[in-house]
Amino acid sequence: MSLDKAASSTSFVNIGERTNVTGSARFKKLVMAGDYAAAVEVALQQVEAGAQVLDVNMDEGLLDAHEAMTTFLKLIQAEPDIARIPVMVDSSKWDVIEAGLKCVSGKPIVNSISMKEGEAQFLAHARKCMNYGAAVVVMAFDEVGQADTKERKVEICERAYKLLVGIGFPPEDIIFDPNVFAVATGIEEHNNYGVDFIEACREIKARCPHVHISGGLSNLSFSFRGNETVRKAMHSVFLYHAIPAGMDMAIVNAGQLDVYDQIETELRTACEDVILNRDPDAGERLVALAERFRGTDAVAEKQAAEWRSYPVAKRLEHALVKGIDAHVVDDTEEMRAATEAAGGRPIEVIEGPLMDGMNVVGDLFGSGKMFLPQVVKSARVMKKAVAHLIPFIEAEKDLLPESQRKAKGKIVMATVKGDVHDIGKNIVGVVLQCNGYDVIDLGVMVPWSQILQAANENQADMIGLSGLITPSLDEMVTVAEEMARADMTMPLLIGGATTSKVHTALRIDPAYDGPVIHVLDASRAVGVASRLLSDTQCEDFVAETAAEYVALRDARAGKTQSELLGLAEARSRAFPADFAEKPAPPLKPGLHVYESWSLAELRDYIDWTPFFRAWELHGNYPAILEDDVVGDSARSLFADAQAMLDRIVAEKWLTARGVCGLWPCRREGDDIALERPDGGDPVVLPFLRQQVKKSRDRANYCLADFIDPAGDWMGGFAVGIHGLDAHSARFQADKDDYSDILLKALADRFAEAFAERLHQHVRTDLWGYAPGEQLTNLALIKEQYRGIRPAPGYPACPDHSLKPMLFDLLDAQTNVGLELTESFAMFPTAAVSGFYFAHPQAAYFGVARIGRDQLEDYAARRGVELSTAERWLRPNLD
Amino acid sequence: MGARELLQAEAAKRILITDGAFGTAIQNWKLDEAAYAGTLGLSHDQKGNNDILGLTKPEVVASIHRAYFEAGADIAETNTFSANRISQADYGAEHLVREINVESARLARGIADEFAAKDGRPRFVAGALGPTNKTLSLSPEVNDPGYREIEFDFLKDVYREQIDALVEGGVDFILVETVFDTLNAKAAVMAAMEAANDLGRDLPIMMSMTLTDLSGRNLSGHTVEAFWHAIRHARPVTIGLNCSFGAQQLRPHVKTLSAICDTLIMVYPNAGLPNELGEYDELPETTAGLVGEWAEQGQVNVLGGCCGSTPDHIRAIAEAVRNLPPRAIPTPEVRTRLAGLEPFTMAA
Repeated sequence: MSLDKAASSTSFVNIGERTNVTGSARFKKLVMAGDYAAAVEVALQQVEAGAQVLDVNMDEGLLDAHEAMTTFLKLIQAEPDIARIPVMVDSSKWDVIEAGLKCVSGKPIVNSISMKEGEAQFLAHARKCMNYGAAVVVMAFDEVGQADTKERKVEICERAYKLLVGIGFPPEDIIFDPNVFAVATGIEEHNNYGVDFIEACREIKARCPHVHISGGLSNLSFSFRGNETVRKAMHSVFLYHAIPAGMDMAIVNAGQLDVYDQIETELRTACEDVILNRDPDAGERLVALAERFRGTDAVAEKQAAEWRSYPVAKRLEHALVKGIDAHVVDDTEEMRAATEAAGGRPIEVIEGPLMDGMNVVGDLFGSGKMFLPQVVKSARVMKKAVAHLIPFIEAEKDLLPESQRKAKGKIVMATVKGDVHDIGKNIVGVVLQCNGYDVIDLGVMVPWSQILQAANENQADMIGLSGLITPSLDEMVTVAEEMARADMTMPLLIGGATTSKVHTALRIDPAYDGPVIHVLDASRAVGVASRLLSDTQCEDFVAETAAEYVALRDARAGKTQSELLGLAEARSRAFPADFAEKPAPPLKPGLHVYESWSLAELRDYIDWTPFFRAWELHGNYPAILEDDVVGDSARSLFADAQAMLDRIVAEKWLTARGVCGLWPCRREGDDIALERPDGGDPVVLPFLRQQVKKSRDRANYCLADFIDPAGDWMGGFAVGIHGLDAHSARFQADKDDYSDILLKALADRFAEAFAERLHQHVRTDLWGYAPGEQLTNLALIKEQYRGIRPAPGYPACPDHSLKPMLFDLLDAQTNVGLELTESFAMFPTAAVSGFYFAHPQAAYFGVARIGRDQLEDYAARRGVELSTAERWLRPNLD
Repeated sequence: MGARELLQAEAAKRILITDGAFGTAIQNWKLDEAAYAGTLGLSHDQKGNNDILGLTKPEVVASIHRAYFEAGADIAETNTFSANRISQADYGAEHLVREINVESARLARGIADEFAAKDGRPRFVAGALGPTNKTLSLSPEVNDPGYREIEFDFLKDVYREQIDALVEGGVDFILVETVFDTLNAKAAVMAAMEAANDLGRDLPIMMSMTLTDLSGRNLSGHTVEAFWHAIRHARPVTIGLNCSFGAQQLRPHVKTLSAICDTLIMVYPNAGLPNELGEYDELPETTAGLVGEWAEQGQVNVLGGCCGSTPDHIRAIAEAVRNLPPRAIPTPEVRTRLAGLEPFTMAA
């Protein structure tokens, strides 16, 4: 689905039209033939493609519409995946509508009623709709006829509105259809139809509170039948202008809309001239221009269909490379049957054509011609094919002495104890699986004992560890130490956002005698694994890596590190904030809890660049969409993300919960003491100070520097995105890693967007020190506002163990439903927490390396053992 | 003042109490077949036809109503859960549907008025409509998902017959209860709205859904929020949940309904979950403690009991909530609220 930008950013409802015999030739054929099972499939596809309401229409002269309507509606009521969404009972015959209403539970929409036969019948039908509990589409049609001009549309709709409200019809259940008519017909009177509709929308919305406006788009481009390129462009341009005017629903095939910005400029301008009736020759110009686009769509369609005629092995390859899962089970079965007929075994389907296809994918990926999102889609196809074959392979196993499946190698993977992040690990797992490796994924929060046990029991060839937060680095060292103690020798792969070659070389490699390899990203995983398992390359590769790590260690040992100041001197060089400029007390101090922040709103606050980075597509949004190399891949990923966002928002997959607090405080040395509302002992938050010697007169910062010792204010927040699990489980059950990873990546984006939005709310409202702030999303992303929100575990405040204190202050467990693991990772994982500092001079900085003196001082301030503080601050120590 | 306004006025003052189980109370009387059958001369065995007792043992039904009013109930539900043509056909008593409903309603009305006269506190009678044992949304044939045992108009007529008789007997409200199939409930709503239209006056509906799984859906698959969207046109004077599980399991769903419905919330759960012997053994104070929490959180307006509850449970509940303020009715934003099995709300 590539909904127009305006369509995706507003609350536009798209209504599936493929279960409409007047709109879909295929559906009509199925119903006429009585093939209701296939007709139900069409409905399911509509829902899966993101339809929010399902339009059902059986108005066909040769069909018993009454019978077809009730039969079909009863059948889809039995399919929970379809019946999930509301139905639009669509017919020009009232008796068909009423028959349909008797089969639909929930609250449907009736399409349509009108004053065509006069007021009495209109109101009788409206009363029936009310008693059946249905919303209703009202056509702009009266005793005289269909409304064509703006004035007629507005007049009829307003009259209908008054009549309906007069009998107690809820105004919010009225949807007007002010008639979309064909333009560029060559008839002059038709030229203004687009403008009439758009302007009528605005006027109707103003005069009739709470109503919605819908329309069928296909009429608009009736003159261009057979020229899908032009039709799509016209529909997109029309929506681009009608939606801001108030149109909020349309019966449309969402897949057949173009992104407004991506329509060829000349065509777009020509469409715009016609729809907005900019000059009398606009129609002729578009007709002339349309010739150029005639048939382009047919060529594409022909190509699309052509691959279905390839030999089956080639079809499998095509499906894998293109990531098309529609026919893969059928094709796999055909291949399996053919293999069996030739005396082969089902496993050969995997080892032969499927692996061949995946090798093509692997090569394209390896050579940079294909990107991660496409690879994950290919993996989805592969998994479905393999799932189909497994029962046959299992059945055969009984006959064979042992499984003869020849995987390239077996890898046990886990996110280490204390950490819950798994997007990166899942991506690596998928990539390895695509390349023929057996992956045993132990999930998240896995203790070392379980990792070792799984590796031994499965006779794994190697272990892969993943982690995102800094305490996970220590846990990886623990796993390495335990592997050494167990006398294991298999390779240990290290990956994840906080891991690095330096850390691996300095801390993990020395702890374990077997090979330890840092894997930079998913694209390297296959290369590393294949070399480790190669008879000829393994030895050299291991030796090379080991030598590299030794060199890194030597370099580090000999490196003259930047000089550290003594703690006392560093403190004397604290940042001298100007407290005449300190923020006024908050307008609304104390705790503020948000049970469910609007996802529709947060969507507009998403920073997309990190999203693409999660998929290893590097570049800034939006420029990345036009990138010569990764642009195609980025656009396709972005479109999939938008489609999923539509569903997340519309179907409330996720809940954004958050809390923030604003508290009086004062600075005490490098601590900040927060007053408790109950007057109890203050809560003391200890912060760390930069100790690295600075050039010239730059200060040695500490977050406490931004707080006035004479009394000041600070804040804290925690936000979390809930509700992921059910959908994630659904995707996993469906072997759809692509959607699973996409969903998790989007949830992370929502958490960050919520943190951004909440910070803005604090600045403009709760604290209120920047009431007039007006910033674009880009300006927000660039942090062009006053104040900062450093998070525990990040450079300005590197100690993760401040999170429990922050969570206590916020009662984040109760208020946001967030838990902390023993390593202080937040769960659910899509979560952000931090502190608010509002001083205009407050800025982000990195604490970087600190000395033993500060470590000892910090341990004393925290009241913990030196060894505990050492563990917490390890990344900041030598 | 009509029954709707009177109930709303009382509910603004305090948390109201509806009654508890009839089935378990009747079992305690250990009536034999002859006692059930009376002198009606019916061909079928009547044992278990609790509704027929309104004709054959009215004194048993009356004593149960009295016991609940004495325990503190404000509302009596008529003993007519299965007094419809479909369910009575199993007992060969479908020709008695009107009589059962009229007599049962009169009985409850008389006792309610008697108690109201004693202390001046209004008492209400809700005419109970059960779901019947047929479903409009689901096929009983696994291999033929499009098949239905009954049709909408047939069920609507069945309900209409019962509603007219209950109204004749003097009920204040039509209580559509234990709704396991939302489309069945919509047929009942249609019947009640048409009856009101023919009467030329308001006939307030009470609506009560029952859940069949812990995730909060009924048998036809609707979530509580979708259910609310689907029946909101009935302008129910109360909406809520009954039967299902015990109060413990209903908690999250009561919270959901309470937050979204701009009408009174009525909940009457079972007395816990049945034990290994199929008996309800949750103590009155336990039930009262659980539903009392909802009251404390301002989530309910009317409380009572369903399967397994006794006058002692109702007394304990009434005690527990006596001094707690009733839920304030929220004013939701005006939005187009549609539903399939799941709710769908359009932005303004």
